[in-house]
Amino acid sequence: MTATTNAPASTRRDNVLLRFLRNPLGAIGLAIVLLVVLGAVLAPVLAPFGVTTADIANPFADPGGDHLLGTDSSGRDTWSRLLWASQLTLASAVLCAVVAIAIGLPSGLIAGYFGGPFDGVSSWSANALMSLPAIIVLLSVRSAVGPSVWVTMIVFGILLSPGYYRLTRTAVQSVRNELYVDAARVSGLSDARIISRHIISVVRAPIIIQTALIAGVAIAIQSGLEFLGLGNPSEPTWGAMLSEGFRNIYISPTLLLWPALAIGLTVGAFVLIGNALRDALEDLPKVRASRKATAAVAASGMTAGSLSGTASIAVEPEIAPTVSISTSSDPLPGVGELPAGDHLLEVRDLEIGYPAPDGGLTKVVQGVSFSIDRGEVLSIVGESGSGKSQTAFAVLGLLPSSARIVGGSIVIDDIQTVDTAAERILQKKVAPLRGRRISYIPQEPMSNLDPNYTIGHQLARPMVKLLGISRSEAKRRAIELLERVGIADPQRTFDSYPNEISGGMAQRVLIAGAVSCEPDLIIADEPTTALDVTVQAEVLDLLRRMRDELGVAILLVTHNFGVVADIADRVAVMQRGRLVEEGPVREILRDPRHPYTRTLLGSMLTGREPLTKLTEETTR
Amino acid sequence: MTEKLLQVDDLAVAYPRKGFRRGATEILHGVSFDIDQGKTLGVVGESGSGKTTIGRAILGLAPITRGTVTFDGVDITRAARSKRASLAADLQVVFQDPFSSLNPAMEIGQILAEPLEIQKVGPTESRARVAELLDRVGLPANAITRLPREFSGGQRQRIAIARALALRPKLIVCDEPVSALDLTTQARVLDLFLEIQQDLGVSYLFISHDLDVIRHISHEVAVLYRGDVVEHGRSTAVTADPQHPYTQRLLLASPLPDPDKQSERRALRARMAEDERLADVAGGDR
Repeated sequence: MTATTNAPASTRRDNVLLRFLRNPLGAIGLAIVLLVVLGAVLAPVLAPFGVTTADIANPFADPGGDHLLGTDSSGRDTWSRLLWASQLTLASAVLCAVVAIAIGLPSGLIAGYFGGPFDGVSSWSANALMSLPAIIVLLSVRSAVGPSVWVTMIVFGILLSPGYYRLTRTAVQSVRNELYVDAARVSGLSDARIISRHIISVVRAPIIIQTALIAGVAIAIQSGLEFLGLGNPSEPTWGAMLSEGFRNIYISPTLLLWPALAIGLTVGAFVLIGNALRDALEDLPKVRASRKATAAVAASGMTAGSLSGTASIAVEPEIAPTVSISTSSDPLPGVGELPAGDHLLEVRDLEIGYPAPDGGLTKVVQGVSFSIDRGEVLSIVGESGSGKSQTAFAVLGLLPSSARIVGGSIVIDDIQTVDTAAERILQKKVAPLRGRRISYIPQEPMSNLDPNYTIGHQLARPMVKLLGISRSEAKRRAIELLERVGIADPQRTFDSYPNEISGGMAQRVLIAGAVSCEPDLIIADEPTTALDVTVQAEVLDLLRRMRDELGVAILLVTHNFGVVADIADRVAVMQRGRLVEEGPVREILRDPRHPYTRTLLGSMLTGREPLTKLTEETTR
Repeated sequence: MTEKLLQVDDLAVAYPRKGFRRGATEILHGVSFDIDQGKTLGVVGESGSGKTTIGRAILGLAPITRGTVTFDGVDITRAARSKRASLAADLQVVFQDPFSSLNPAMEIGQILAEPLEIQKVGPTESRARVAELLDRVGLPANAITRLPREFSGGQRQRIAIARALALRPKLIVCDEPVSALDLTTQARVLDLFLEIQQDLGVSYLFISHDLDVIRHISHEVAVLYRGDVVEHGRSTAVTADPQHPYTQRLLLASPLPDPDKQSERRALRARMAEDERLADVAGGDR
């Protein structure tokens, strides 16, 4: 949602190759591999001498003259042998990869897609294969069937196949239950065609990446075996040449250099290609991930609460002066005439931007001003992309690091948190407030509790940490809090893990965490959107009670006017980063001035004649 | 015409538990309903009520353990995949999540042509039909060569609707098709659903957690609670004057967009909860 909708639509797809080539490491890797392939293919043309042509009279010749890179102990031309050997080396790497893919890919597809007994048996086999020590297996194969590059590489391919199997199986499992696969099933597509059309495309990228790396490994292993003298001496390979060079290192040191360079460069090139491919193929979903990260950080901010807080809180909320931004109907004085310190939170002319791909700045929040007093509930309403969550996160100081506060100010209880010069939120100022004075209730209660710790631990730990109270005291307070948010058996919930409680219960726990510090301000980002309506009603009751009992102010971000009507004192309507209308809840809901607010309210279903059109426009 | 398009009788669905010989978890405990041609049955329920499972069972995506599903006079309870292919022309689906219901790697044109391909529609005819479908759901013709991620949630849902319409089905199972959409988008997509029904006479099995949405789009409503239909009847009756306590609770829990009416409703809900609590205390069980 929010800020992430600006993904460039033009630079996509088909640009994988371009992105790959633009990566200098990828381009270098590809160039090296292409050169080696070219050398191998054109060996008959390029090589001045045959594989076995030996110039007996001229062993250990220095580079230059007839022999570009000199000759070896039998007077064979090193340059020619390097070229000939590249054929075998590359072919064996390809063979190894082909065998590994031929076994790993289909079995992974079947196991991942169908599951069942085949999955059990094949996963067990894969695990067994993976536990075998590769070098020992290869050595025993060599002693059993004799030295052959091909047999060795086939066996090595089999040993590597579990890598492909696992990769494929995991990828397939992740999409097997995607709705588009279900839709294809409903359309009557056969399993074979679902796999070939919808599933293979998911596996393709990781397989290509894996293959680049596997090719490098295959060359390294094969050269290693040849170097140890376990290869077939009649076949020219880089490993055998390396071994020969090693034996004659004192006579002609350069003999070692050339095959070592060939092996090192080729293996390195494959690794570079693999990494560059990964960057090119897999850097797409990053944009979406950022928001989730924000939420996670936010949750940790929440749990870092303390019970200290301010003790004296104005219980009776003053009705705040109405501030109308786009409508000038209100006779009450505007924000500008009030000293900033009068409000608990005051946001003025806030502008948030993100760097755009073209080097400019995409503004997601523009000129937003509002204020909240103690004990007041202000609801920010808007649709996705309206900037409502961005505004809330800015107050919390939890925007992604790429966000820039282009203008405006945020003052929380006389503390200015925006550093105008650096265009960002001053963490130094917000961090001490977060968890103590401001707390946060997220949209997804479940993803904001750590499944590895009990509820009690997650509630009590921050209190022990921040307040320095004893564990037993923290536990007592945590159970008290759980009871306060209406949990029937607080002790049991205290001992439970997050997966053992329902979503509604989890939201209660998070609210307990949010009020554990008796904060002045709770920022709730769509706190009931993920919940059932009956649970939503209970959670809203709870928030209302917290407001009444503790005098806490609530900034509630929502898209639901029912929720607004239920709890808000004032409403701010946002559209595309701007605040279009603000006022008391009755005024906005009953007599909206701004056309957008009217459109929003006009889209409500309550009170509409069933089975009639809701909007004016027609689809054609 | 008096023949029911879809008849579901005593439908039960159970998923096998994970692990060897662990038995099964029953999600639906025998639900029965039917849908007339050109009409909409709304199924409303909260999470865990089994409402999604009903749709999946009819589509052959959930293991039916008991009961029958009769579609257009044919028993499709245990229709094989090959039979499903021929059924696909008449029975289609629109899923909730417009982000995962379209293959991100396929162009819109390919997505819409897929059901046509299976029914062996020729390429020329298929192209014409795809263009017609895009026009029908109000998307530009150049959408054909674009990828799902270039579209907003509402537009993707239109694409999913177009895919469902491709073969001119008689019944579309709509599983929460508007719950992931913004308010204004939701209104436009609901309009589209109604318009299509008026033009093509298609029936909907419309599944939602939102009583307002269900009231707006349905002729009849079935209220599902923990795998059982607890109330079933004409939409206007069920959503305005519910008889079953659960439906009453559901209605009172959905907030009204007016502070004063909502506080009345809230008071009613509080009273009902109090009554129930007292009844619990008196009766000792629920």
